[in-house]
Amino acid sequence: METITSIKPLLAVLASLLVVPILVTSTRVPNVREAWTFVAATVKFLIVLSMVPTVLKGTEIVYTVAEVIPGLAIKFRVDTFGMLFALVSSSLWIVTSAYSIGYMRGLKEHSQTRYFCYFAICLSATVGVAFSANLLTLYLFYEMLSLATYPLVVHHQDPEARKSGRKYLLYILGTSIAFVLPAMLISYNLAGTLEFAKQGFLAGTASKPLIVVLLILLVFGFAKVAIMPFHSWLPAAMVAPTPVSALLHAVAVVKVGAFSILRMITGVFGTNLLLDLHLGTLVCYAAAFTVIVASLIALTQDELKRRLAFSTIGQLSYIILGIALLSPKGMIGGMTHIAMHAFGKITLFFCAGAIAVATGKKYISQMVGIGKRMPVTMIAFFIGSLSVIGLPPCGGFISKWYLVLGTLEADQMLMLFVLLGSSLLNAAYFLPIVYKAFFCTPEESMFENKVQEAPPWCVVPLVLTALLSIVLFFYPQPFLELARMAVEGLLGG
Amino acid sequence: MSEQYPALLVVVPLLSALVICVAGWVNKRLCFPIAVAALGVAAYSCIGLLLRVLDEGVIVYKLGGWDPPMGIAYYVDHLNGLVLSVVSVVALLNLIASKKSIDQEFPDKIGPFYTLYVLMVTGLLGIVVTGDAFNLYVLLEIAALTGYGLLAMGEDRAPLAALNYLYMGTIGACFYLLGVGYLYIVTGSLNMVDIAKILPSLYQSKAVLGAFIILMVGVWLKMAFFPLHAWLPNAYTYAPSAASSLIAPLVTKVMIYVMIRFILTVFTPEFAFNILAVSDSIVWLAVIAIVMGAILALAERNLKKMLTYIVIAEVGYMVGGAWLGNRAGMTGAILHIVNDALMTLCVFLVAGNIVYKLKGYAFDDLKGLYRKMPFTMTAFTVGVLSMIGVPPTCGFFSKWYLILGAIRAEHWFFMGALLFSSLVNAVLFFRIIEIAFFEPFTDHHAHGHDHQPEPIDEAPLSMVVPLWIVAAALVIVGIYTSDIVTKIIQFAIPEGIL
Amino acid sequence: MQMLVAKYNYWIYITLMMIGLYAMIAKNNLVKKIVGMSIFQTAIILFYVSIGAKRGATIPIIEHGHGEGHGAGTHMVHAVDYINPLPHVLMLTAIVVAVATLGVALALAIRVYNRYNTLEEDEILAQIREK
Repeated sequence: METITSIKPLLAVLASLLVVPILVTSTRVPNVREAWTFVAATVKFLIVLSMVPTVLKGTEIVYTVAEVIPGLAIKFRVDTFGMLFALVSSSLWIVTSAYSIGYMRGLKEHSQTRYFCYFAICLSATVGVAFSANLLTLYLFYEMLSLATYPLVVHHQDPEARKSGRKYLLYILGTSIAFVLPAMLISYNLAGTLEFAKQGFLAGTASKPLIVVLLILLVFGFAKVAIMPFHSWLPAAMVAPTPVSALLHAVAVVKVGAFSILRMITGVFGTNLLLDLHLGTLVCYAAAFTVIVASLIALTQDELKRRLAFSTIGQLSYIILGIALLSPKGMIGGMTHIAMHAFGKITLFFCAGAIAVATGKKYISQMVGIGKRMPVTMIAFFIGSLSVIGLPPCGGFISKWYLVLGTLEADQMLMLFVLLGSSLLNAAYFLPIVYKAFFCTPEESMFENKVQEAPPWCVVPLVLTALLSIVLFFYPQPFLELARMAVEGLLGG
Repeated sequence: MSEQYPALLVVVPLLSALVICVAGWVNKRLCFPIAVAALGVAAYSCIGLLLRVLDEGVIVYKLGGWDPPMGIAYYVDHLNGLVLSVVSVVALLNLIASKKSIDQEFPDKIGPFYTLYVLMVTGLLGIVVTGDAFNLYVLLEIAALTGYGLLAMGEDRAPLAALNYLYMGTIGACFYLLGVGYLYIVTGSLNMVDIAKILPSLYQSKAVLGAFIILMVGVWLKMAFFPLHAWLPNAYTYAPSAASSLIAPLVTKVMIYVMIRFILTVFTPEFAFNILAVSDSIVWLAVIAIVMGAILALAERNLKKMLTYIVIAEVGYMVGGAWLGNRAGMTGAILHIVNDALMTLCVFLVAGNIVYKLKGYAFDDLKGLYRKMPFTMTAFTVGVLSMIGVPPTCGFFSKWYLILGAIRAEHWFFMGALLFSSLVNAVLFFRIIEIAFFEPFTDHHAHGHDHQPEPIDEAPLSMVVPLWIVAAALVIVGIYTSDIVTKIIQFAIPEGIL
Repeated sequence: MQMLVAKYNYWIYITLMMIGLYAMIAKNNLVKKIVGMSIFQTAIILFYVSIGAKRGATIPIIEHGHGEGHGAGTHMVHAVDYINPLPHVLMLTAIVVAVATLGVALALAIRVYNRYNTLEEDEILAQIREK
């Protein structure tokens, strides 16, 4: 594999970090502040985009920032898989920034500068995770993301936010310190390196029981992926403003968790090692359990954002499930699902936020007839649901298709049924919302005629992401191709 | 000039202390510049020394030209070169940062305060630079006596707390002296290198064992190693800000240095780790110290007192790391001397700024601080992250080495204790951050309203700038860990330790 | 018994130390604690002084030596004839330290007394608790 050295990965990380001081100084002029957010988001996206051709040629981009511990550096390595994730999160940041403006101003939220600053920091950390070349760098950005999200989760500063903030930190910071940190050090002690390798750096260094312990520590330690029983921070974190839930708790933060676990399975343990020891199944079962239980819980939730949160928990485990199948198709499905689910779920959250801005309603039972008043939003919601359920013509179908193929390839019939059953459940908790929104008698409708769509800053982004969900069905190439190359690279073609 | 650095770093502050004392009677305003100049020279010499050691290796300086073991010799190697630099820089930064609070807290005692301050730094630097066991005792008492004076200048309860500290400190110093006495009986020398040469033939002697135990107990008393810690919390809590932010970062760390010096140079690692066979028990004591320090800190509702218990837990880190008996653990302990000095300085300076502005440091006083003192609290956040051990702050890296040492020694409980204490630190500090962040909003401000932000009421620039330098240092030292380890600490640890 | 007699200096200093320690721990009065501390320090000073002493030896002043040499004169210096001066010299310093410590301790005790009007520890603690 060819590698070239370039400072671009660092620049991509710094783009959103360096804008923070500017944001702070332009507190008094919100328009200028928001303009800078856009500049940073665009610059970041362009830097990421500029690396795509190189990566598609099969070249990796490497950059060493500093050797912090002898033999262990803060180092970036852009490979296909990292690129996929960076592409998703940096492109969605632009859309979310636009949406944030509409949402925050629509609700006249306080401390908007703080909000935009930490949002920018979060994005830096996310791209940092995507480009990490070793476990230490990944851990650094993972922790940075945990801490930078905290002020966003507790944005409302009321007792409920405070409680959720505590829970959030307890789960996220607690697991990373108690599980990931020791596992990282034990691995380092075993292998003498933390550099992600094609077939894992742990291969051949430890006995099976130790590998099992490390696997458990690392899979559950990255609690951002919300595998049960470390999932309950995610519904709690829904107290945050909706754009935060949308980008961070449906895309950036949670998928950083999924991404990290994928890196662990491929880069630390290596698929061969896990196949030899039959450990993939272990992770599969944990993920499958989460998929089903989360979907069932989602059915019972009346608060829209909480239902979406539980749906996210289930969908995240799809990704883990796909990778843990350890079959090429399953892995492609898992990786692609990062992108497909991102576009679908962010649309749903945007819709939830738009409804909140326009009507102030948060509960599903209060949304009967809303489709007639806010048709654009609810059509987008419908598209988003289709994508998350995995039906054509939406991008979610593609990834789910590969996941199903993966289960067949790995001969895991049980997992196949889990996937299909969960799809039914997804449909069962999403479609009634859409149905009730549109099909009701005028008497049943809970909304007066004066209710209108949310401001354009809100509506345009959600239409955009909904359209992208459909486009991805017809043109899944960028993400599918990256995922395919990543898997080929890992499994040696 | 540079040949005289070892003498300068002790003599200049010592003489300046006298000058400050006199200047205090003439014009109080002279005291501060003289003190800064004196500590500036000391810091300059210390860093110069460290750089020379990096170039040339160990430096031996014979005071008055007398050869050891007759005369007193100062030895400067990589270990104390590093500690010297840290001590002098921390003392200097704290001095500058504390000027305002000194002016505010005791305007009529400025002269005596600076005199004691500079004398104390002299004592601490002397302890680190000296190669003579008895000389070390004298300097230890200089640092301790001035320390009692500084601590006692605080609030109402300070004199009593200082008096209790004095009892314990004196017992500790006497134990140390007694241990040195036994060493002298068996070896006939007080020079550390000399003792180390003679000792190997006497390793089986009961007197050496006795000397070692008594000496260690003395040193532990001085460093507040659990369960010998009882004097510390009150003494540090009620002290004036300027004194607690000098003493908390430095005294315990210097005593850890003394312990490591005795393990590595005087008794040699061979004796300490292999012949004695007590290292495991001491690491267990460290585990208890860490866990108890963390639990006691949890029970506090008072910022400064909570910090003092964290200091106690951190002492456990370093003692445990040093006694793991492997290179990674020792590296962690030495690195943590540097990092913990900076971290502790950072959080105590923050406490100082808060006291300066609010006259209080109970948790209830901290409400809304993020709005009122954003700069101070930003630095606090960095210090906190370092205490928890979040990369890339330096606290992460020393913890890294300590945990690695624990893994290599297969001492899983020590690893567990370190992780536990990190978690508890996270809880402790986020509790404070919550209060400082949320409190004024909980009762009367419903969310969603635009409210008037409270006016910024920040501490003066002369307090904030040094604080920010320290906070920046936390990150910079963290990033340069690799260099510190490979260029300095690497050579501070004898090759025998793997 | 043999050991008791042969090393009586050790036993004396240990006894004195224990007395001092007892006073520091058990006494309620702050000044009594300070007295205990002084005894404790003195015990160690005595210990040092005693290890320098030798039976039948004299003070370490070399009578027949000329010039500046320590035994560099024409006559041999027999170490046995002189007590070891070094511990004694060290103890001069230690005494100074002890006196300084005593001074600081008493000064602190005075400040405590001024504040609480008592030197009994339990009464002081009661006053602190009341607040």
